[in-house]
Amino acid sequence: MKNRRDFLKTAATGAVLLGSQSKLGLAAMLDQHVESAKSKVVVARDAALHGADGQLDEKRVQALLDRAIATYTGQAKPVEAWKHIVPVGKVIGLKVNGLGGKGISTHLALVLAVCERLQQAGVKPGEIVVWDRNARDLQGCGLTINTDPSRIRVYGSDVAGYEDQPVAFGSVKVKLAKILSRECAMVLNLPILKDHESAGITFSMKNMYGVIQRPDDLHDGGCNPAVADLNCIPAIREKVRFTIGDAISSVYDGGPGFHPERLWQPNALIIGEDRVAVDHTAWQMIERKRAEVGIPTLEAAGRLPRYIVTAADHAHNLGTNDPQRIHLLEV
Amino acid sequence: MNLVLTIAAFVVFAALAASGCKKSHSDPFPVSGAIAGWQKTSDTRVFAAKDLWQYIDGDAEQYISAGVITTSTSDYKYQGKLEAVVDVYTMNDAAGARKILEAGQSSDAKPVQLGDAGIAYAQSVIFRKGAKLVRIVAYESTPDAAQALLALARGVEAKL
Repeated sequence: MKNRRDFLKTAATGAVLLGSQSKLGLAAMLDQHVESAKSKVVVARDAALHGADGQLDEKRVQALLDRAIATYTGQAKPVEAWKHIVPVGKVIGLKVNGLGGKGISTHLALVLAVCERLQQAGVKPGEIVVWDRNARDLQGCGLTINTDPSRIRVYGSDVAGYEDQPVAFGSVKVKLAKILSRECAMVLNLPILKDHESAGITFSMKNMYGVIQRPDDLHDGGCNPAVADLNCIPAIREKVRFTIGDAISSVYDGGPGFHPERLWQPNALIIGEDRVAVDHTAWQMIERKRAEVGIPTLEAAGRLPRYIVTAADHAHNLGTNDPQRIHLLEV
Repeated sequence: MNLVLTIAAFVVFAALAASGCKKSHSDPFPVSGAIAGWQKTSDTRVFAAKDLWQYIDGDAEQYISAGVITTSTSDYKYQGKLEAVVDVYTMNDAAGARKILEAGQSSDAKPVQLGDAGIAYAQSVIFRKGAKLVRIVAYESTPDAAQALLALARGVEAKL
């Protein structure tokens, strides 16, 4: 059993976050994150994730997740690794992204893999809530709506609703999803990597547009500084603390909608606590693909994801976009 | 009795006149079986421009700036396997439809004879006809997807 000092030490190196920590403890962890340590980001790949028939191999997704988490935590056994990430006895949310419909949404196989390991780590089925904006988005991920509290719950904010009172930070004033504000002690962020028509890319931080009532209000200026401001809302900053990013499939242009002619399969997961470092890593992955197929960089296309830079500035302090301060592990 | 019918007819006529006798819009979505192998698997959903974000948040801006008025969408399935979605965007004018079609075109697009202009990829067909822009996308790639999508597109075109 780790004592508190060991815990913080580990957290500072980017290995652990627990939902039971106080705000004070979290602030301390975040400070240590920025000041004393590199932010760890793991990119785990499996070129054979899709079989010869093009279908996703669910067992390989589970194995890929295990490899990513093991690398991140330093724990070889998946169950032990997950115990270092999530608190037991609290409600854990899995914020997926099903906006792109069946073609480009968080993969069901990944959601199921995470749920499997959470339960093995001691989280009860009824303490897991898989959610997004609405039933249609969840169905886009291949999920079936379930509100039975004895099983893994799957429902959207169209069922649970939004807070009446808005909260604000910087340029944003939003009404939060009650699933975030009231139900979840901790949220695992499961975005899917996509090019984005206005923001440049959408991944970890941009996925938070799905936890508010009117995301359409936040698209001006390439979603900058709105994405960064939104992630500074306390409930988002403090509860949404670990990204298990789905880069199994992606669209490198024309997003965020599904454009099969621009679909590609990185066959990867990008995970980490530092949402800025995760997004920076994901952005570079998109840029490499765009270069490979010979289309302009996002900057040349007028869609540089500036919000990533904003999120790293002193006013937001959400993480780092400095490659020198990102400990990138590719496995 | 005749007087009652006459009054009723007058009331109906007056109501139509007051409404401006708006031309009814035909439904562009082929019913199940109208195109060989294709089943319409969902109700048609319609989004006004101000609500388009609910359907394609993030993508909505480009359509709004091109003058979208309404967007209608429906799901289809081909031979019980291949799932696809048909989106029909009604723009302010033909220029708006052209703008979206040309902006979304990549170098591997194959021109197809549909409407005023159209392009096809292995899993999608996009065309414009007047102020309408139609986008049909299959969720997976199958050997017969391209031909099946083209047949569905022609069915939609015929109803525009």
